[in-house]
Amino acid sequence: MELTGAQILVKALADEGVEYIFGYPGGAALHIYDALYQQDEVKHILVRHEQGAGHAADGYARSNGKPGVVLVTSGPGATNVVTPVATAHMDSIPMVIITAQVPSHLIGDDAFQEVDSIGITRPCVKHNFLVKDVRDLATTIKKAFYVATSGRPGPVVIDLPKDITANKTEYIYPKTIAMRSYQPTSEGHSGQIRKAVQVLLGAKRPIIYTGGGIILANCSDKLTELVRLLGYPCTNTLMGLGSYPADDPLFVGMLGMHGTYEANLAMHECDVMLCIGARFDDRVTGDTNKFSPYAKIIHVDVDPSSISKTISADIPVVGSADVVIDKMISQIKESGRKPDAEALQKWWDQIDGWRKVDCLDYDRDSDLIKPQFVVEKLYEVTKGDAYVTSDVGQHQMFAAQYYKFTKPRRWINSGGLGTMGFGLPAAMGVQLAHPDATVACVTGEGSIQMCLQELSTCKQYDLPLNIVNLNNRYLGMVRQWQEFFYDRRYSNSYMDALPDLVKLAEGYGHIGIRIENPADVEGALKEALNDKTRLYFLDFITDQTENVYPMIAAGKGHHEMHLSPRNGGNDEERELA
Amino acid sequence: MRHIISILMENESGALSRVAGLFSARGYNIESLTVAPTEDASLSRMTLVTSGTDRVVEQIKKQLNKLIDVVKLVDLVENEHVEREISLIKVRAAGNARDEINRLVGIFRGRIVDVTDTSYTIELTGNCGKIDAFLKAVPNDTIIEVVRSGVLGIARGEKGLRL
Repeated sequence: MELTGAQILVKALADEGVEYIFGYPGGAALHIYDALYQQDEVKHILVRHEQGAGHAADGYARSNGKPGVVLVTSGPGATNVVTPVATAHMDSIPMVIITAQVPSHLIGDDAFQEVDSIGITRPCVKHNFLVKDVRDLATTIKKAFYVATSGRPGPVVIDLPKDITANKTEYIYPKTIAMRSYQPTSEGHSGQIRKAVQVLLGAKRPIIYTGGGIILANCSDKLTELVRLLGYPCTNTLMGLGSYPADDPLFVGMLGMHGTYEANLAMHECDVMLCIGARFDDRVTGDTNKFSPYAKIIHVDVDPSSISKTISADIPVVGSADVVIDKMISQIKESGRKPDAEALQKWWDQIDGWRKVDCLDYDRDSDLIKPQFVVEKLYEVTKGDAYVTSDVGQHQMFAAQYYKFTKPRRWINSGGLGTMGFGLPAAMGVQLAHPDATVACVTGEGSIQMCLQELSTCKQYDLPLNIVNLNNRYLGMVRQWQEFFYDRRYSNSYMDALPDLVKLAEGYGHIGIRIENPADVEGALKEALNDKTRLYFLDFITDQTENVYPMIAAGKGHHEMHLSPRNGGNDEERELA
Repeated sequence: MRHIISILMENESGALSRVAGLFSARGYNIESLTVAPTEDASLSRMTLVTSGTDRVVEQIKKQLNKLIDVVKLVDLVENEHVEREISLIKVRAAGNARDEINRLVGIFRGRIVDVTDTSYTIELTGNCGKIDAFLKAVPNDTIIEVVRSGVLGIARGEKGLRL
């Protein structure tokens, strides 16, 4: 039987096992929406803005590993989804985004709601396809899912002209697909792995530094086994939090610009660094000229272009993290060699000395609500078992520093692109993927306003999210930089005329609570978390002057961290020798 | 250092813009770029001349390989190779200058492919250096127009860049 392109699309999504599609209808997408209406295998989530659709699909994908699927119309529908596409691209999140397009014969005519979606998205997708013939549609969808989910994952856009969705052909969905131009490596060169293991076992001051690649490859267990087998310190990037249990003594915390004192100094002083599934981002390395001067660097990554891009690797290994870690573990066991216990003990003594600085200490007795305190309480009340999404800014760093993630896929944030507005829609995707789980969105009054309209979507689908708004009436991270580096000229970082967020939440049909006293923090959190049926918008009025510490300023090295004044940091000098 | 990168790509629409976009987005140099179909209609061959430090060129190759449409690529300068560029050069040629230019064309083994009372159009093939040398040899004020194809290259020996 012949099906229309629209029917083929929907059927193919069902055959791919797609549970939810996040989208927003419009003229060019109407055939597809009609096909969606006439089936019940794929559930459509109607957002309030296409950006919400993109981030929701992204949150869905990050929290359960399946590709997130988005459907938007042509023109503004497509441009509105560009930010989520770029967000997913920077963090290597598997997504398939279907942008409807004006009919083929109108392409290039500046037709109503026409944009060059392929051209606009090209720099921020893993790949994109323009479908020109309905007979290619099923294969193109198969290819899109294959490309999005294999190798280093990423978003794939399918641009689908309206006439193609009306044209008919036989529906045959390929079971497998092979592409001669795309064959990602996963195995890892065994000679390189052997070399890496030798260097690793010979280390005196080792560090294992891992990123989002561990989570994408679903190999947290294997990483944990490797780290414990060696007894080496482990640090995670912002994207890698939860891939190694944060409550384990071998974990030295997050590294980078707002990483811990012990993690950054261990990075600086190490003699052997094993980096897996991380890419030496500028927020991790600080000044690359000062980066880890004594280290022999082993870099394992599935994407060859990540290796020696910013930091030269001494032993590059191209392969999937899970496969390579597996091989490392078995080679270490077979070798019969043990790490140098004496050197390692000395190294741990040094690290424990740095730990004693207690760089994340803050004023727990303050009369004002400290943002760190709210996150710590959230951690306690949820017993560390929630899914936590965040937006971008100070609250994001506080969440990363003070919520001790012990499981992968629990920490959902826009690390690479740093997209404000990500947290709320991402939390919707997470809640749909895990209907019974506790989902908290740690946000700020700046970020939440960027995708606030999705509160309405939450009502429509009864998503009992817990919005933890750290409201300091400032764009906090901007304010912090202005305090430190612009002589306290707070240019446009203060928002006058903030809405009453409690009433706003109520207006959307949710429960809003304002919390102004530290003594009320725990109670409010408990109230929200115990009610699994309603969305709670908790508006915490926090200390306006709080800053994120430690901090490595731009152009500084890991050893030049700036500590909080409580830890002997001097806010006037902003430097620590 | 100068590199000549030969690329086999899927002959899809937009393939060229993926490569051009990559170079502009990452700030890499392109000295010249040529693209045309091959004996296999499903593949295009692109020849790209670029320059940069070893590290930059290594990244360029990795980033090109990462493009989903790129099937294979080779850096021709790593081995013995032949490179050619074709150029069409229109010069003012009147009076005494006609003989002088004709001689130059002979020396450089070019051909005159169009003639008017006051001009010659010259076809000249060779490596870039030869064309540059010819353009230097011709008096500057006589040049009306220069069209260069960009470099084409192929490895020496019996092996070919193919699937």
